Amino acid sequence: MSKNNSTDSFPDERTEPPLAQQPVKDSSPGPLPSSMQLTSDGKLKHFLTIEGLPPLLLEEILDRAEQFVSLPNKAKVQAPLLRGKTVMNLFFENSTRTRTTFELAAKRLSADLVNLDIRNSATTKGESLLDTIRNLEAMGCDMFVVRHSSSSAAHFIARYCAPHISVINAGDGRHAHPTQAMLDMLTIRQFKGRDFTPLKVAIIGDIKHSRVARSQIHALTTLCAGEIRLIGPQTLMPEGIEKMGVTSYTNIEKGLDDIDVIITLRLQHERMDSAMLPSIREFYARYGLTQERLELAKEDAIVMHPGPANRGVEIDSRVADGPQSVILQQVTNGIAVRMAVMSMVMSSQAATRVES
Amino acid sequence: MSNSKALLIKNGRVIDPASQFDGIADIAIKKNKIIAIGSAIPKNFKPASVIDAKDLWVLPGIIDLSAYLREPGQENKTRINFETYAAASAGITRICCMPEVDSPIDGGATVKLIKSKAKQAGYARVSVIGSLTQGLAGEQLSHMGSLKYVGCVGVSQGHEKIRDLATLRKAMEYAGTFDLPLFLHPIEHSLAETGGMHEGALSTRLGLAPIPAASETIAIAQIIALVELTKTPVHFCRLSSAASIPLLKDAKDKGLPITADVAAHQLFLTEMDVADYNPLCHTIPPLRTMADRDALRQAVADGVIDAICSDHQPHEVDAKLSPFEETSPGISAFETLLPLVLRLVSEDVLTEMQAIDLLTSKPAQLINSQAGKLQAGKVADLSLFDPQTMWQLNANKLLSEGKNTPFSGWGFEGKTVQTFVKGKSVYCVRQ
Repeated sequence: MSKNNSTDSFPDERTEPPLAQQPVKDSSPGPLPSSMQLTSDGKLKHFLTIEGLPPLLLEEILDRAEQFVSLPNKAKVQAPLLRGKTVMNLFFENSTRTRTTFELAAKRLSADLVNLDIRNSATTKGESLLDTIRNLEAMGCDMFVVRHSSSSAAHFIARYCAPHISVINAGDGRHAHPTQAMLDMLTIRQFKGRDFTPLKVAIIGDIKHSRVARSQIHALTTLCAGEIRLIGPQTLMPEGIEKMGVTSYTNIEKGLDDIDVIITLRLQHERMDSAMLPSIREFYARYGLTQERLELAKEDAIVMHPGPANRGVEIDSRVADGPQSVILQQVTNGIAVRMAVMSMVMSSQAATRVES
Repeated sequence: MSNSKALLIKNGRVIDPASQFDGIADIAIKKNKIIAIGSAIPKNFKPASVIDAKDLWVLPGIIDLSAYLREPGQENKTRINFETYAAASAGITRICCMPEVDSPIDGGATVKLIKSKAKQAGYARVSVIGSLTQGLAGEQLSHMGSLKYVGCVGVSQGHEKIRDLATLRKAMEYAGTFDLPLFLHPIEHSLAETGGMHEGALSTRLGLAPIPAASETIAIAQIIALVELTKTPVHFCRLSSAASIPLLKDAKDKGLPITADVAAHQLFLTEMDVADYNPLCHTIPPLRTMADRDALRQAVADGVIDAICSDHQPHEVDAKLSPFEETSPGISAFETLLPLVLRLVSEDVLTEMQAIDLLTSKPAQLINSQAGKLQAGKVADLSLFDPQTMWQLNANKLLSEGKNTPFSGWGFEGKTVQTFVKGKSVYCVRQ
């Protein structure tokens, strides 16, 4: 050391660090690995996004959901696949439909279910998301169903929660809503057959802020749908969306031409305040799904909506209740798809436990 | 002439961009000043200690134009003594401390506190950039006259909004009254949602709020128009996009008093590093495309961008342990500043002389300082750098209390082994 070279000629010279450093915690931040969803043998461990999942796995989810749909009603209540397991519904954001169908799905699989309305509790008291998760883990839990307003929240929880816990994404920010997309795929399959390659699918509305649209696009491209069109004004179309394998249309009449499946998205009222749109009336006039517009599509086209629908905004009541609407079938399928996903992630856990 | 405070650094490779000197020379230091270099050293100079700097580089101390020292106000993140030591360990001898909402620097007392804490710690020196508006709220002007009186080197609005252009104009004129340079981050806030990333296919895929490059260029165009109006010098902090470069160049060609800097990480990382949701790459301004990064590198090489800084923002670990949008932006960057900039040399972007210039004498000019030079009569702020050491960065081993760096695992060539501030050794790992 240099200090020793001299005869301590610099009495006030400092080369030592100021104080001992703080110990570093082991869970250090970093990128969220994109391969987190699958176990080493390719089974579904978490269900966070459709992006990157193999087509066969999506098929497996649909097949399994199909079995649950076809079960007689009594058997549905009895399926013991999740007996003794605790599922926690963590909803950091409002939801009625998604939460109820997850709840029913868990109950029909005989799981113990806890609903946590986090908006009104921990986080408003300043608790961090990570602390909330650690606390719930400590209460003994096998699965989190998470809805959160921040994109990547479910990934984040999956990355940092205990290894025996599975996470199912029930919607994160603008990023993904994979169970919704899968129930839509199930509905399409029921009406249009197993082969997606000849299908032309149109998604109408607020693509920019829609996690549902993003997950639907990933599901449709994974299942090799023939053509995916997005329809909406430029303000609701996100930058670079074409790179996800879709074409965008600002003219609904052109976009609906020869279409097999029409998906309308919910339009949030906040969009008017943020100057995305002039008014609800103008949106309905330009992009609302009316009977005349529906006739531009194929004769046997089906009409879908993830709900809750704004009648007279994105869809006309006559269309929503009409013969081509499959909206209620979607809701029924929602329970089956969620049962399928929950049972799959639980069985992957059982498998990994036996191995270890 | 023997003096207990006399020191001779022998046989080092002295690089001084200010005089374009690059060669083996001895440096004689007495008290806190460089008294002579090379053959100019008087024969009768009898140093109390001699350092053999054979195979080492002797560099002027780095002047870092931007760092957040978090004190006073955010002592949970770090303290001035930790950060000034981390800076010294990386060859940085002077830090410009930026104001932020949680630690605004809008009064003389705060400036004095920061300076006295830094002095007490005795590592790298700290210059203070004060708030442009009170509490950075963007409404009322801060007490710029007093800020100048206690030695602020400039004023800044940080990452915060200012009420309107009329307020900004008046703030510029008032700062000009006291010869306080303005350090402005060009951000049009209505186009830059917090928690977002660069607008493009990737932000769409990740579902993160999009921040277009126009949020920067619009602000730059507006501020340039105000500089034409007020003739007040403005320094643009942390450029991020290619489209800003021609605006900047035009303004400079017109002779407007405009300068700019870029953070070192912006010359290496791109939006691709944000995937998948890496909170360590959450920065303001956001990381942009490969084309933007290359244009920034070119602008640095061409001298359109005047300096490179660290934009050091140390965080406690929890600040980055959340979903991306909710994490605090910023990188703990003191200890990667020099290594990254020298990497630009090995990647043939800059010459060694340019690289050192962009870190020392150029930023010194921007804060009207005479530092950043290895010349007789100048304060002896300098560092010894061993260009041979190969090392790998380990985030947990950073000396800064903030371990939030995306460069963990990167390999670097060369390391600072000793740093002198005012002629005193404040950091030494030399063998």
